[in-house]
Amino acid sequence: MRLTYLVPLALFVVIGIGLAIGLTLNPREIPSALIGKPVPEFSLPPVQGRDHGLSTADLKTGQPSVVNVFASWCVPCRVEHPLIMALKRDNLAPIHGLNYKDDPADVVKWLNQLGDPFTRTGADRNGRVGIDWGVYGVPETFVVDGNGQIVCKHVGPLMQHDLDTKIRPLLQDLAAGRASKVKC
Amino acid sequence: MIPELGHIALILALCLAIVQGVLPLVGAARGMPGWVALAPQAALGQAVLVAFAFGCLTYAYVTSDFSVLNVAENSHTLKPMLYKVSGVWGNHEGSLLLWILILVIFGAAVALFGRNLPATLKARVLGVQGLIGVGFLSFILFTSNPFNRLLPAPLEGNGLNPLLQDPGLAFHPPFLYLGYVGFSVAFSFAVAALIEGRVDPAWARWVRPWTLAAWCFLTIGIALGSWWAYYELGWGGWWFWDPVENASFMPWLAGTALLHSAVVVEKRDTLKSWTVLLAILTFSLSLLGTFLVRSGVINSVHAFATDPTRGVFILLFLVLVVGGSLVLYAFRAPALQGVGVFAPLSREGALVLNNLLLAVACAAVLLGTLYPIALDAINGSKVSVGPQYFNAVFIPLIAPLIAAVAIGPLLAWKRGDLSVALRRLLPAAIALLIALAIGLWLIDGRSFMALLGLGLVAWLGIGALCELSLRIKLFAAPVSETLSRARHLPRAAWGMTVAHLGVALLVMGITVSQTWQVEVQQVMRPGESVQVGPVQYRFLGVSPYKGPNYTAQRGRFEVLEDGHVMHEMQPAQRRYQQPPMETTEAAIRPSLLGDLYAVVGEGDADRGWAVRLYWKPLVSWIWLGALIMALGGFLSLSDRRLRVGAPARRRSDAAAAAE
Repeated sequence: MRLTYLVPLALFVVIGIGLAIGLTLNPREIPSALIGKPVPEFSLPPVQGRDHGLSTADLKTGQPSVVNVFASWCVPCRVEHPLIMALKRDNLAPIHGLNYKDDPADVVKWLNQLGDPFTRTGADRNGRVGIDWGVYGVPETFVVDGNGQIVCKHVGPLMQHDLDTKIRPLLQDLAAGRASKVKC
Repeated sequence: MIPELGHIALILALCLAIVQGVLPLVGAARGMPGWVALAPQAALGQAVLVAFAFGCLTYAYVTSDFSVLNVAENSHTLKPMLYKVSGVWGNHEGSLLLWILILVIFGAAVALFGRNLPATLKARVLGVQGLIGVGFLSFILFTSNPFNRLLPAPLEGNGLNPLLQDPGLAFHPPFLYLGYVGFSVAFSFAVAALIEGRVDPAWARWVRPWTLAAWCFLTIGIALGSWWAYYELGWGGWWFWDPVENASFMPWLAGTALLHSAVVVEKRDTLKSWTVLLAILTFSLSLLGTFLVRSGVINSVHAFATDPTRGVFILLFLVLVVGGSLVLYAFRAPALQGVGVFAPLSREGALVLNNLLLAVACAAVLLGTLYPIALDAINGSKVSVGPQYFNAVFIPLIAPLIAAVAIGPLLAWKRGDLSVALRRLLPAAIALLIALAIGLWLIDGRSFMALLGLGLVAWLGIGALCELSLRIKLFAAPVSETLSRARHLPRAAWGMTVAHLGVALLVMGITVSQTWQVEVQQVMRPGESVQVGPVQYRFLGVSPYKGPNYTAQRGRFEVLEDGHVMHEMQPAQRRYQQPPMETTEAAIRPSLLGDLYAVVGEGDADRGWAVRLYWKPLVSWIWLGALIMALGGFLSLSDRRLRVGAPARRRSDAAAAAE
């Protein structure tokens, strides 16, 4: 076996290792500019038929909270919905819904049919508030501490694994007032 | 019920692929005719099963069966029928099924049309195809099942990304996959040849039609994608060096090199191990493209929604296929010694230069595409490599290649005479000087690139015609002899000339549209007009209207030439409901001389609307050139030498005529 015939293989091994490392990284995980920053200034009316709208002040009550960006037209939202209901039952923190670019009648039907886990809802009909929150795909989930600072942002549907390793421990740490080791 | 049947058909296809991937290879090694004969049957059976599964998924889309998760996520009842069907491959799972369908169709085609292949070679080729099928069928069944159910079923689906609701894009993926997957046949032939330890002119002749067909389809696929980007994204550009564009361009570069080196194997029985390596690399780059698009390692407008298990799966598959074949190559290739010797200045030498430049260009694109991943892996910094890098590296490599394309076909095999070839290119040299003079006069020497482009076009275009006229003795013999020679010239020779002329047209389109484009961006109120290049646009205003699944704001422009109204153009901003998204519909008035291109943006009646207006001279030559290149490929494919089943004796006659 002459060595030159091994060159393609050697190059491929290098590329393969690089790709394997690349796979463990997430290109979408743009180091979020919002983490550690206060939530943006906004005030939204409630979704039709609900009483409580959502605004900046509601996220600065001294109690940590979860903000879930959802829409009735979004199938992954439907997939993660049972987990949001489960998180609600844990009663760790209030969960608020940011209803993104949705039709008022559709979202009411959606919440009535699947269950409403949200303490407050904000109807962001034209998506302007979503832009301030840096939303670029639905669903997204934010964890906000009692002072209204964004602590964590999850893009895409929540999985059981995300709840167990990220959201729940983080909320427990925040409630206990200790520094969290959870990586977001 | 129907989706379950599709699912079962896929499982059966996987079982059959395992049979096809194992028994014929063992049978060929041990000399068991029964197992060898199994390969074609298994390939045909697999094609039937996968086609049935594909039909089941299409049925679910056409009937809007939202209990199928894939349909609910990507379709909508209000979508026009064309996009319900093209929605089947407008997502990860469905497009993977299309990939597999094309793979098994190619397998079946080898089984049906490869009657003149030796039985063991055919069994080995189909065996390797079967192994590739095992990989992709397990991938779809274990990580990306398109038939998963969603219960309870939603009343309405999520809709297809509006950018993909477009006729150009409906056909872009099928052509692209015909190209990508077509190269799998060349790959299987290469691996089979390495297993047999024999590469000869007959092998090259069997591989060439498959490679040529794949190359033509890939050319059309890339051109369609570029055309779509041009008119649908509304940015006025046609190539962005996006990682996913590069993913399709790299196999094209390697495939182009493979086409040319296979000629050397066929005609001169040399360059064997290099040709085999190129066949392996071309398909490997297709697989790498699949990995880049579907694993989530890169961020791109094209990248599918991703899931880490998929990335791991494809990477493992990539390692098995590419690593395995390169190990085989390292062991077996040293034994593939070339027979024909040749001087550096010869047809072979020119083709080696072609291969060298294409391979280096391909490596440069690969480097630029993988560099962001490498840097992220090393120190975690996020960068993207832009057009500056690609233009700076790619153009200096491709320009000498294009210059050499005119000379190569005029050199003789074995030992060529450069001075004779250059003397024959005298008309091309004169055309080159005229082009440079015109270029200098038109642009005052502002742009070196424009001069380079124009010079290359004249040199290559006239050079290719010189070569053709020499072959048919144009003006050197009576007209009747010229006509008879033209009629008897092998189709492969015509194909080469046509494809090379296509390159000239493409370079012409790029050069002229880049250099002489006129762009105006401004705010306009109704009634105002503005001069853009040779025409005047008069803005008439904006009015709302409603489409089947969107609402839109439509702007109206009158286009005036010398004070006369020539056309009306209606660019629009569409707002789709499902999913909520806005798209820009550029209004384009294409012609051979140049395109008028108008985009209307945000605004209102008081302050006016933001508009972008372009004059893009010769821009359609870019796609025309690409199509003519593909046409050249198809012409060459129709050469009787390559037609499967053509009697061997006739084949050698035609080959002799081509020398």
